[in-house]
Amino acid sequence: MAKQKKSKQKKINVRVDFTPMVDMMMLLITFFMLCTSLSKPQTMELTMPSNDKNIQQQDQTATKASQTITIYVCGDNKVFHVDGLPNYNDPKCMKETTWGSKGIRKVLINHVIEDGSTPVQAIMEAKAKLDAKKLKEPKKYTDQVYNDELTKIKAGDIDGEKIPVMTIIIKATDNSSYKNMVDALDEMQICSIGKYVIDKINPDDMKLLKLKGVK
Amino acid sequence: MGKVKIKKNDVWIDMTPMSDVMVLLLTFFMLTSTFVKNEPVKVVTPGSVSEIKVPEKDVLNILVAKDGKIFMSMDNQLSLESVLSSMTDQYGLSLNAEQTKKFVKEPMFGVPMDKLGDYLNLNPSKMADEIKNQGIPTDSIDKKASEFQNWVKAATTDNDKLKIAIKADANTPYKFVKKVMSELQDMNQNRYYLITSYKKTED
Repeated sequence: MAKQKKSKQKKINVRVDFTPMVDMMMLLITFFMLCTSLSKPQTMELTMPSNDKNIQQQDQTATKASQTITIYVCGDNKVFHVDGLPNYNDPKCMKETTWGSKGIRKVLINHVIEDGSTPVQAIMEAKAKLDAKKLKEPKKYTDQVYNDELTKIKAGDIDGEKIPVMTIIIKATDNSSYKNMVDALDEMQICSIGKYVIDKINPDDMKLLKLKGVK
Repeated sequence: MGKVKIKKNDVWIDMTPMSDVMVLLLTFFMLTSTFVKNEPVKVVTPGSVSEIKVPEKDVLNILVAKDGKIFMSMDNQLSLESVLSSMTDQYGLSLNAEQTKKFVKEPMFGVPMDKLGDYLNLNPSKMADEIKNQGIPTDSIDKKASEFQNWVKAATTDNDKLKIAIKADANTPYKFVKKVMSELQDMNQNRYYLITSYKKTED
């Protein structure tokens, strides 16, 4: 008998009811899941030229006309480009294109300068090679090294060889949407263009755009 | 006898693994979470391929709504308080302790200085409705610095490591963003972060 009693005592249920705790946990988790933003938003770094007129004139370095493309960002998702410097007497220098890989990106990549080379393409290829190298030896190419190399490539320095780089001028009309502006900056990222500037549109530009039917 | 035995069957399910997982999840969410900031206007950011993240701290957020209204927020409440006091000094405004507390507690600010006192006297639920109709004025009188510029100036003098992040709606006409940028350029603030959402490169 005594033995039986002992075994009965051992059989006493020591389990605690977790259900209320789990209920509460569920509630808390739902609360946190609904109220938090997990992913941080992306950003683009942008450096604008200073408005100070004195500095501007000092810093202006002449780029060759053939190495310049002006992109006009307009309302209604329209985009125009002028290869070289705009000739305000000749409306034909302005061409319409579209957003995305088949439009403006193609224009940038296929732009040929006077020595027959395509600088944007060359730089994109160099970047692709660098990316491949980074994938192969991730230890050697730390973020620091990678960024340094990338800056070099963007400045037109590929394996010690100096190649010409493009300068892109982005001009946006007042009624163009912010999205299009970001799209334009995105193209600079995709095409690894290091030199680009956002400029204000001038009345001559507006005249040309009006001829193209832009409000 | 048999019937009784069936009734006595233990139907207790062991909740321990489940609650273990729950606790883990909960800890994860609590540690990684940054609360969604309640913005006075809804802003949908455009997509970009850029993969840079927003800086962790020392950020001055500038929110540009679709209609060009400007709101601001700062992540550091202490510095926000000192920015507020330097602004109220500048505009000859005096706020009591309760008003200051209310101001700091709001997720974003964007009320013209002359309306600030009245705005902070409203009750909190009305404040959220009211701020939608306000916005920091960017127009300057007699070439003096605009209120917007003064806010930025007060913020940057309080913390010189401050980074400026601009968040604008995808459909904002560019002229509003240009206005903000040119005001910032006028005070030699030439580096910004443009907040975007992630987008894949389409081929």
